[in-house]
Amino acid sequence: MKLSMWTYEGPPHVGAMRIAASMTGVHYVLHAPQGDTYADLLFTMIERRPSRPPVTYTTFQARDLSGSTADVFKTACRDAVARFQPQALLVGASCTAELLQDDPGGLARTLDVSVPVVPLDLPSYQKKENWGAGETFYRMVRTFAGPTTRPTDIAANSCNILGPTSLGFRCRDDVTEIVRLLSEEGLDVRVVAPLGASPADLARLTEAAFNIVLYPEIADAAARWLKKTHGMPFVSTIPIGIGATEDFIAEVRALAGLAPSDDEATQRSGRDRLTWYARSVDSNYLTNKRVFIFGDATHAIAAARIASQELGLRVCGLGTYMREFARELREAAAGYGVDALVSDDHLEVEAAIIAARPELVLGTQMERHIAKRLRVPCAVISAPVHVQDFPARYSPQMGFEGANVIFDSWVHPLMMGLEEHLLQMFRDDFEFNDGAAASHLHPHTADAVEDAAAVVAAATEDDTAVWTFDAEKELKKVPFFVRGKARRNTELFAATKGIRPITVETLYDAKAHFAR
Amino acid sequence: MNQPLPSACATTLSVTPSATIRQRGQHEVFCGLTSIIWLHRKVQDAFFLVVGSRTCAHLMQSAAGVMIFSEPRFATAIMEERDLAGMADMHDELDQVVARLLERRPDIRMLVLVGSCPSEVIKFDLTRAAGRLNAHYAPRRRVIAYSGSGIETTFTQGEDNFLAALVADQTTVPAARSAAKLVVAGCLADVVEDQFSRLFAALGLQDIVFLPGRKAIDGLTIGPDTRYVLAQPYLGATATALEARGAQRIDAISPLGGEGTTAWLGAIAHAFGVNPARLESVIAQPRKRAEQAMQHYRPWLDGKRIFLFPDSQLEPSLARYLHQELGAEIVEVGSPYLHREHIAGELALLPPGVAISEGQDVDVQIDRCRQAQPDLIVCGLGLANPFEAEGRITKWSIEFAFTPIQGFEQAGDLAELFARPLVRHRMLTGRSRHQEAAP
Repeated sequence: MKLSMWTYEGPPHVGAMRIAASMTGVHYVLHAPQGDTYADLLFTMIERRPSRPPVTYTTFQARDLSGSTADVFKTACRDAVARFQPQALLVGASCTAELLQDDPGGLARTLDVSVPVVPLDLPSYQKKENWGAGETFYRMVRTFAGPTTRPTDIAANSCNILGPTSLGFRCRDDVTEIVRLLSEEGLDVRVVAPLGASPADLARLTEAAFNIVLYPEIADAAARWLKKTHGMPFVSTIPIGIGATEDFIAEVRALAGLAPSDDEATQRSGRDRLTWYARSVDSNYLTNKRVFIFGDATHAIAAARIASQELGLRVCGLGTYMREFARELREAAAGYGVDALVSDDHLEVEAAIIAARPELVLGTQMERHIAKRLRVPCAVISAPVHVQDFPARYSPQMGFEGANVIFDSWVHPLMMGLEEHLLQMFRDDFEFNDGAAASHLHPHTADAVEDAAAVVAAATEDDTAVWTFDAEKELKKVPFFVRGKARRNTELFAATKGIRPITVETLYDAKAHFAR
Repeated sequence: MNQPLPSACATTLSVTPSATIRQRGQHEVFCGLTSIIWLHRKVQDAFFLVVGSRTCAHLMQSAAGVMIFSEPRFATAIMEERDLAGMADMHDELDQVVARLLERRPDIRMLVLVGSCPSEVIKFDLTRAAGRLNAHYAPRRRVIAYSGSGIETTFTQGEDNFLAALVADQTTVPAARSAAKLVVAGCLADVVEDQFSRLFAALGLQDIVFLPGRKAIDGLTIGPDTRYVLAQPYLGATATALEARGAQRIDAISPLGGEGTTAWLGAIAHAFGVNPARLESVIAQPRKRAEQAMQHYRPWLDGKRIFLFPDSQLEPSLARYLHQELGAEIVEVGSPYLHREHIAGELALLPPGVAISEGQDVDVQIDRCRQAQPDLIVCGLGLANPFEAEGRITKWSIEFAFTPIQGFEQAGDLAELFARPLVRHRMLTGRSRHQEAAP
């Protein structure tokens, strides 16, 4: 048993729902107890979907357990097919139904319904949402693209986009951005799946030359299968960030047999604003700001590259909750000289953030609240997200416009440069002090400003470092967003030198020793 | 832990306005775990530990929205593959989770183990676990258990089971405490509880206990003269538990709206022999205020046709309020469960011919609703936006569980909750109502 205050991912059947809800012509009959319909809210409220997700739940109750829950399931299947007349039927069990062992797949086969049935076997007590989505998509692709034979004359520039889903982080706009980008590059995008695709579209997957995997957690398994079975190569460079987008374009062009553009510099300049914005002197103060990054593996790894190579930040922590992509993340983390954090335990993530003393946190909805508690600026870069991260405006993360969106949304929570300077120089201003320092996004009262990270750290580490009154006072002159780090460094320095108590001298000795 | 069957006397009441539509099929409702979301805020010394699956944890955080992050007093012990392999060490596992939890939250005085569908299907005995943990943590902490599973409970029934478990847990009772004269059962917003307390004091009533109180550890003493009244209509199991300990029910309708609150207080006053003149003088002013506040919204709801989907068992009471106090016409009242004895008073005040439905077959009910073309649909969030997209106007029902709506001072607020979507529709379209895509 695992104690969980909250969870980064839902159960695997929610992943399956995301596939069903992404597609057209698909209905999902889910053997589940009364109450599991809460998952509809994810789609109707968070994503503001204007229709009910295509899911029929059996919603069995205790009294049904004494009878035949299998009959309840069969009735639900028949009714769903009759009412919704889908092109394909997904059938599966939620965690509770898994315990009943009614075997939805076997039951659905005995029904002899007139549509193809795709049985799902999602082990709820081992796997999670993204795995469930990936597995479901893989099953769908296998079922509908499996029997097809590839045409002989396939245009080299034809491709499919795999991975975007309902409830995915910014999938809606990423698809628009990447499809546009690919068309500009002379690519012919055939099928986008699962988002917006029908089972018939899946059958057409094999008519393209190759696949582009935009979200590996969803489409990696399907793309690998298509490669193995139909010999379709795939690209899985994720075009988030300028560098990654250019790599992506180069890779796609190569695969499509298009020559690399010669006049790359002239052609590309002006396609994004991030490059110039990050270059402009106003962004100078961003240099080496410490950033902690956590999220799904795709977005976390992409964010780390943007942060360090395109914005000039320093990655002080990198992690993911997706064990499936631990290897990729560890590799990336090693490149930044930080330890990879692979965990789905938010308490561990919180501890890691406290230890890393970042000046900016890029994470999920969960990290937003950890950061709020620690009073560190934060931006959301990955699911799980809440309703505010399904914005009305065009907000891709991918491609050139995605980079523009990223520049704005990451820099926004940081204090602006002049504000930061003035705060260091005149920290006793009665209006413009530490208490008022954080932007409008992080309101808090002046008397509560004592460095939360340091307080938490002191409590957890049982740190017995003694500070003189003057040294404590001097420490408070350090701007609040680096004060935690200054405190830790000084204490570390004092401990290694055996200095007790810590004086003003020690503080500056440590500062010189570590050089920021 | 099922709801008790309606008692025999229910059949003698000649109040059912029409035949009940009984439905079996897909239920688009929350499970009882959801009630933890308000209970953990009300009962400040309690921590709710759901023993369940990742789905349960996901439900809690989806339903709790943003609040989950402000160190909530609930969590889930997620069962994993190895827990299911053998029953024996499930209890050890739970003990470890509880130990870790209580270490993190030393301020917790009452730990509530909440059963879920998976824990019940594998017959994991939480009551026994609670007994064992109780022995270990007493007297500093109490441990109780109840079921909030979807297979046993719908939405507010989770609160019902929790309160029933609290009532049954007599070990919390300090030895020398005087018995309560009146137990007001049902979670109320603090502000509502305070208003009722002032009214009871003005009526000269003493020794009143609100259940749940703000401190669960305070316990409940019931004597031979203890009476109880329901402040919420969904408390069948709680009522049974209170009666098992000798308390007697005061029959009343729910304290919603001016009339409802008057009738509710009237029933209490009558039971304790309060002089009617005194009652009148105490409630005259607040009743007038309630009437005045509702006046603002009555024009929006008068004559409007309203369809209520099942959600919380509050629906018969809300329908009564809408009809009696705001002049609305009720098309159908859905309720996940009808405790006929407890809601007899509400149903008696509805006009004959109102369709009452118990349970749900959601697709069929949606068909009925579309057919009826109501002016306002009261339904859950899974249905609300899809209905709105069809050009219909909805009021999402979960809000009734999260908003102070009981008592005189909230009568206007309650009316506003119903009027708001209609007002909003007028503001956004400049028309009173239009149907774009009526099938």
